Amino acid sequence: MKRFLVPLAAVLTLALACAASAGTLDDVKNKGFVSAGVSGKVPGFSAPDQDGVWRGLDVDFCRAVAAAVFGDPDKVKFVPVTTKERFTALQTGEIDVLSRNTTWSLERDAAQGIDFAGVLFYDGQGFMVSKKLGVKSARELDGASICIQIGTTTEMNVSDYFAAHGMTFKPVVFESADEATVIYDTGRADVYTTDASGLAARRTTMSNPDEHIILPEIISKEPLGPAVRQGDSQWSDIVRWTLFALINAEELGVTSANVDEMLKSENPAVKRLLGLDGNLGEQLGLTNQWAYNVVKLVGNYGEIYDRNVGPATPLKLERGLNALWTNGGLLYAPPVR
Amino acid sequence: MADPATPEPKGPSRLLHDRRWRAVIAQAAAFALVAALLACAGLNMARNLERAGIASGFGFLDQVAGFEISQTLIEYSRASTYARAFWVGLLNTLAVSAVCIAASTVLGFLLGLLRLSPNWLAARLAGVYVEVVRNVPLLLQILFWYIAVLNPLPPPRQALDLGGVAYLCNRGLVLPWPQWERGGLAVGLALAAGLALAWGFAAWARRRRVRTGRSLPVWRLGALLAALPPALAWALADARVEWSIPALSGFNFRGGGTVEPEFIALALALTLYTAGFIAENVRAGIQAVPRGQIEAAASLGLRPWRVMRLVVVPQAMRVIIPPLTSQHMTLVKNSSLAVVIGYPDLMSVFAGTTLNQTGQAVEIIAITMLVYLAVSIVISLIMNWYNDAMALKGR
Repeated sequence: MKRFLVPLAAVLTLALACAASAGTLDDVKNKGFVSAGVSGKVPGFSAPDQDGVWRGLDVDFCRAVAAAVFGDPDKVKFVPVTTKERFTALQTGEIDVLSRNTTWSLERDAAQGIDFAGVLFYDGQGFMVSKKLGVKSARELDGASICIQIGTTTEMNVSDYFAAHGMTFKPVVFESADEATVIYDTGRADVYTTDASGLAARRTTMSNPDEHIILPEIISKEPLGPAVRQGDSQWSDIVRWTLFALINAEELGVTSANVDEMLKSENPAVKRLLGLDGNLGEQLGLTNQWAYNVVKLVGNYGEIYDRNVGPATPLKLERGLNALWTNGGLLYAPPVR
Repeated sequence: MADPATPEPKGPSRLLHDRRWRAVIAQAAAFALVAALLACAGLNMARNLERAGIASGFGFLDQVAGFEISQTLIEYSRASTYARAFWVGLLNTLAVSAVCIAASTVLGFLLGLLRLSPNWLAARLAGVYVEVVRNVPLLLQILFWYIAVLNPLPPPRQALDLGGVAYLCNRGLVLPWPQWERGGLAVGLALAAGLALAWGFAAWARRRRVRTGRSLPVWRLGALLAALPPALAWALADARVEWSIPALSGFNFRGGGTVEPEFIALALALTLYTAGFIAENVRAGIQAVPRGQIEAAASLGLRPWRVMRLVVVPQAMRVIIPPLTSQHMTLVKNSSLAVVIGYPDLMSVFAGTTLNQTGQAVEIIAITMLVYLAVSIVISLIMNWYNDAMALKGR
């Protein structure tokens, strides 16, 4: 078997080398869809609903990219990837954009062959415990067993946090968030830790959601955002500016409902965004209607947020850090001009 | 070997007509082709990794790992290096493999013998066991033991009390653990020496029995020989041992030693699964021994147990060992399924967390493959040596 594996690996490497050579935008246009790597298991971010339709913040962002490129939000193929394989999937060209609650960090940006396009969701790591333990603060968790998902920044953060406070813990490390939460739910571990938004999402899937509380401490910065392969600035510009278009649309008050009326707007910023002034879309390698299509077909950032994770959804997340800068949040997009 | 009737060709073309040289040239050409392909692939990979901005090399092994591991057989903390994490993962893989190889071999032999037992009930029960265990996927069995059996155990505060010193709960099996103040090493070494001594004695006793026909009480004398050196070492080194007794404190037990539920679930599933296959190997091996051998031994007046031990099993071993070797190797490779239940084996710690934190996929996967290959080769070597020792010898 080994005798065949070596040449096979060699051939595969050659094939991959060829596949990665053309520009991503041309590749995407040729195959007719965007391959998007998503988690597939985090309600509110990316998970199929009862009818098998993909729903979530990460998912809708990928739809926005497809709308910008093709004018059709359904030209996306969602590929569920685990935390362990996500970067390899992106590096090797299996997916064109990774939108999977992935934290932007220096090492990932610099050494892993990927580029982050921006921040889609500002998050931070928290702890969930059973109410029965009577714990009120993360500082009381000395000696606890903690369920973690493999290959995540949370694995390192929790280690840093406990070391910084002179506490010890036992990690129980699982390959998928599904296993980690199921095992936490059975009582094998005292604590489940992940990004606070993930905790809120996961709590909805517990056998008894009311029995669990999320502790007040947020122990890290987790800017979650879409990532693309390094070395293709055209494609990374497209993904980055799709994100900025969503934010700018909300700031300018352009929604999927009023976008057609807005075409008549006299506001130059709105006209530039919707492609009535200049050829900004063509400069990205797209059509000038790119942002119009994004807003019309998917909505602006606020609409996507409210639809998937907002106060009216089971996740019940307030905008908080994810409000526009004009409303005291961190969302700030460079101007479309 | 040129045909004498044809004239000998001159010059270098002569080599092509010589069958031996032709074979050498063909092989050299094939080797050169494969080497060129490999070199090309390697260069291509290096170039693409560089273009994609992915760092390569083995320098990452010296960096600080920064994550914790739940079960470590050697000293490890978050300040240790990735290389240290690699050893922790490897030792965890080897630990679970060693336990399971020993346990599944013993259990497999027992089951194989039971399947051939004249007792109808015992034979049928063993048969049902073998069929069930062999036909349910191993992954499912691991999850069964972990999620259906071990996780529903009570939490630490309501742990099952095993005699007031050991506890069973959903955090694992908590046992009293010896803490040597001094003399631990001496006693350990002496125990190893005692076991070696007993083994040598047993071999000598067997040769003596073959030569003289007289047998010794090997088990009793052997046990005495094994126990003597550690007892002497204990007295001479004035060994002190303190037993650390587990006690409930906060979330969990403090003190004592904990066998993690992940280890228990994995070890149970691997042992029970592999034992089913080994049982079938053993049955096949025993049934391969001609009936005449058994009847001949019985006619010499040997009791059934001695017929089995002295006549049947030694001959059956020749059939059993080769498939047994591959079962042991399969077991080591199957242990990589540990990753689904969070047991920190090589796949989880090194090809999982380390790979993800460093992004060095090519290097890490290559190292991991080499390690599994090396372990398999070592098992194969040991078993082949054992096979040679057991093989039929022409006298």
